[in-house]
Amino acid sequence: MPSRTAGWLGVGALTLGFGFLYAPIVLLVLYSFNASRLVTVWAGFSTRWYGALFHDTAFGAAALTSLEVAAMAATLSLVLGTLAGFSMARFHRFPGRLVFGFALLAPLVVPEVILGLSLLLLFVACESWFGWPSRGMLTITVAHATFGACFVSVLVRAQLAGFDRALEEAALDLGARPWTVLTRITLPGISPALVSGWLLAFTLSLDDLVVASFVTGPSATTLPMAVFSSVRLGVSPEVNALATLFLCVVLLLVAFAGWLMARTERRRQI
Amino acid sequence: MISLGWTGRLVLIGVPFLWLTLFFLLPLLIVVKISLAESTIGIPPYTPLLVNHEGGVELHATTANFALIAGDDLYLRAYLGSLGNAAVATALCLLIGYPVAYTVARSQGARRHLLLFLVMLPFWTSFLIRVYAWIAILEPNGLLNQSLMALGLIAARLPLLNNQFSVELGLVYSYLPFMILPLYGSLSRLDRSLIEAAADLGARPLRAFLGVTLPLTLPGIVAGSLLVLIPAIGEFVIPDLLGGPDTQMIGKVLWDEFFNNRDWPVAAAVAVVLVMALAVPLLAAQRFLERGHAA
Repeated sequence: MPSRTAGWLGVGALTLGFGFLYAPIVLLVLYSFNASRLVTVWAGFSTRWYGALFHDTAFGAAALTSLEVAAMAATLSLVLGTLAGFSMARFHRFPGRLVFGFALLAPLVVPEVILGLSLLLLFVACESWFGWPSRGMLTITVAHATFGACFVSVLVRAQLAGFDRALEEAALDLGARPWTVLTRITLPGISPALVSGWLLAFTLSLDDLVVASFVTGPSATTLPMAVFSSVRLGVSPEVNALATLFLCVVLLLVAFAGWLMARTERRRQI
Repeated sequence: MISLGWTGRLVLIGVPFLWLTLFFLLPLLIVVKISLAESTIGIPPYTPLLVNHEGGVELHATTANFALIAGDDLYLRAYLGSLGNAAVATALCLLIGYPVAYTVARSQGARRHLLLFLVMLPFWTSFLIRVYAWIAILEPNGLLNQSLMALGLIAARLPLLNNQFSVELGLVYSYLPFMILPLYGSLSRLDRSLIEAAADLGARPLRAFLGVTLPLTLPGIVAGSLLVLIPAIGEFVIPDLLGGPDTQMIGKVLWDEFFNNRDWPVAAAVAVVLVMALAVPLLAAQRFLERGHAA
């Protein structure tokens, strides 16, 4: 293939691919500033839906619940996922490694309806045996931490695979205690995986509708649940405004993570 | 890490292992258990499997839920419909994703970082909202119909929403990044000199692509296909928001069985059959992901 044709084909593929991925999101952002309630009419620029959104206490409460659950679930995921990632990367033989590996990877692909239903049935059984836990934020957090940990473990494992173990051995040879090696060499070395793992678990939790709908009780409504019950009735301009705000927050978080990783990368090179 | 003792090892492996056993493996067994129970009115809404009866313990298991699934056409159609939709979506993702991944993998420096970032970004935005965004576009009075009519391309409004087309579109749209990333992983590791060698030996570009590039990126193709296919089969949000009455998918059937009919045992039986149907691709997925780690 002559390289110019290949170049044009490449540009075409990228334009189509990214156009497809981003056009709906861009349109959503535009419509959030539409003065009309209808998507069919552009009635001029307005921020009225943002005002309406801020006065909607149901969305506000749901957002707080979601943020609280996501922060707890992400932290729990980080601890569990890091332990699991270490185990799989460093210990190549232990009893049950095959089952452990399966249990770590399966939640990445198993349909959410199955994860949700199975966890709910566990929580209901627990409640009838021990009278605990009552369903709500706690059960959502546990459910989210379970699949969050699997994602974190994949990232940690991949980063450890590329980690130079000679650094740890050198530190040990120089008389450092294992704990010091862990906190001063290994953990800083895999910090990009830890940061992106926490953020990934956080956004996955913030985004989850299906699992949370199954395991929640009457006391807790998360943001996706509130959004879902409102969009089921059709297009809602307040949801457009909410989506735009959400997008801004995500962009800021991703930019922050990118800056953090670029900084650690630079430091390592010095 | 080297001098980590037995207790250290036990904590490192044991804590996450115990967690996953409790909150992933055990719940799957409970689903099997409840799929063998009968539905009753009460809390919880199913009969116990083991009943104390005159001093002894009796097993009360029924296969009625599975008989219901096998007997009712609705379930079979939903299973097959999900499989078909997911398979078509996987093929389309591959068709759209491969050229994108190829181009990203061949670009250099900052441009490559930017493109990769653009592929990853949808991962970080709300799945629910990305599906919802299509409603405004596909509605009878929506953007696409309006634009096509304004351009004079169509005379009457096309039915774009709540049918097979919109479900398929939603699946491809939502799962495309899951296809592009593993493909990119494979393509970026590809040794370019192999393609040059093929060209030097007289292979035409298409021949070199089919003979060298495609076979060498097969792991990425398989990994990406599994990452799209398996979750897409059980998808709920897309058929619910973009689907119609004749686009039943099994994830939605399970949801309705649970939330609308409140029949937990039948919902559990639907889940058991789904897990069994997914077992083969799931195990294949694990092997491939494991091999990716080993490489």
